Amino acid sequence: MPHVEIDGLTKDYAAGSFALKTKRVLDHLTLTIDEGEIFGLIGPNGAGKTTTLKLLMGLIFPTEGSAKILDKPVGDLSVKAEIGFLPEQPYFYDYLTGRELLDYFGQLFGMSREARRQRIEELLRRVDLVEAGDVQLRKYSKGMTQRLGVAQAILNRPRIAFLDEPMSGLDPMGRRDMTTLIRDLHRDGCTVLFCSHILPDVEALCSRVAILNQGKKVKEGKLADILDLSLTIEVVLANVSGPLEQSLAGIAKNLQRLGERMKVELEDQGALQGVLGLVQQNGASLVSVHSVKQTLEDYFVREVARPGAEQS
Amino acid sequence: MSRIAYIALNTYRETVRDKVLYNLVLFALIMIGSSYILSQISIYQEVKIIKDLGLASIAVFGSVIAVFIGIGLVSKEMDKRTVYSLLPKPVSRTHFILGKYFGLCLTLAVNVTIMTAGFYALLFVHSRIFEPSLLKAIYLIYFELAILTALALLFSTFTSAILSGVLTGFLYVVGHFSTDLKHFDTVVDSSFLPQLTQVIYYLVPNLRNFDVKSRVVSGDAVPFSLLGYSTAYGVLYIAILLVLAAVIFNRRNLK
Repeated sequence: MPHVEIDGLTKDYAAGSFALKTKRVLDHLTLTIDEGEIFGLIGPNGAGKTTTLKLLMGLIFPTEGSAKILDKPVGDLSVKAEIGFLPEQPYFYDYLTGRELLDYFGQLFGMSREARRQRIEELLRRVDLVEAGDVQLRKYSKGMTQRLGVAQAILNRPRIAFLDEPMSGLDPMGRRDMTTLIRDLHRDGCTVLFCSHILPDVEALCSRVAILNQGKKVKEGKLADILDLSLTIEVVLANVSGPLEQSLAGIAKNLQRLGERMKVELEDQGALQGVLGLVQQNGASLVSVHSVKQTLEDYFVREVARPGAEQS
Repeated sequence: MSRIAYIALNTYRETVRDKVLYNLVLFALIMIGSSYILSQISIYQEVKIIKDLGLASIAVFGSVIAVFIGIGLVSKEMDKRTVYSLLPKPVSRTHFILGKYFGLCLTLAVNVTIMTAGFYALLFVHSRIFEPSLLKAIYLIYFELAILTALALLFSTFTSAILSGVLTGFLYVVGHFSTDLKHFDTVVDSSFLPQLTQVIYYLVPNLRNFDVKSRVVSGDAVPFSLLGYSTAYGVLYIAILLVLAAVIFNRRNLK
């Protein structure tokens, strides 16, 4: 069963003098996130990731389109009881202590006093804030606030967790703990949708991703499929003559001189066959051939930089 | 307890942890205390001076607290983005508005009680009197504060804190002179202006309904029917303001 269904979600904001123009920040986004997935929403600044999450949380309203969470419209109170949300760069009531904030939110979830007490202690241990639990939030560092943000997002043992930049502000140890926490959530059956700029984390965690750019979905799919598509074959040659170099330029994705040698990047097996034929004809030497699996970061940079990148 | 009550209690906690509130209450108590000094230079009018200044201090400082905290109730939540983590919880925007409102009303009730206790203590120390009739004036002052809070909350759902303060302050002044607006036709020779002022008269809160300070100080009777009428008027006016605030906030994009 899909846990999140986004259908043509579009958001325009008033812009320009006297708000006479509109700026489209999200353009007909359609996505489905299934139960138990860890889904990554990635994209550069201004791509529409946070806008998507704000729309799903009912903080802003769509210009067009609709979204459903757990088969109910966004904003339904019974749905809100089943989800958790970590906003980007969270900011909480700084006059409260960490324990008081979690207790307040626990009250809003309708948790009993004893259930709140147990869950709060469990979460403070989980995010390493036991000692800071009675400190007012105005004295928390950015990393501590982020960890408390995650604690409040999973306070109600949500069926779906929406995490906007969960690794932001965390040191390497904090990032590792966060990765473990997200994996634990997934193991416990929680569906996770998270936005991140830190692509190695997305690559390590997500089963599927969608890439957004300038409000539009550029790519969506299983990480394995996306990265398999972007396999590059790297060939290193020696004794490359001028005419051979010209011929290679017509086949290769990229050519690079490395002293006496030349590195040739190819997109597929067909191109490799062509290069091998040219090498034989021109008396050049083959030094090495290997395939390079691109990282999500490589793929992301290439897709986002591609002019006129459109929905696929 | 309902979610509105939890939000109200947290709003109360927010306000009582704000140092500005303590400064205002302390200043009000000093003002009430200073009425004792002024009474010493008013021959045969000592008690009246204490009563006048005491009630005026409760009304003025209560209004300052209502407006200054009321205008920040919603706008501060949006400016600091605390609303982003609150509203995804199982609460509606209407719960949020009502919780914020009742939270500040609770703060005002506690503060008015403290100021009233200081006022009665001073009266008792000075002249060994305890006049329950003064409570009628304080009861209506509290309702006036509740209306001001609702006005400040309404404005803060669609405009900045500063503009909310200006608008609430403006309506506070107009509300105290609204009876003059009703009889504007007797002082101008125009057919349009009196019609306009009649409309304004019915729109702005008639805060004169809540001002019986001079009557209780001078010993005039304030019938319970007047208290009942003013309470009904206040409750209805507040209900309309809160409905408007909820409608506006329910449509607002929280960017």
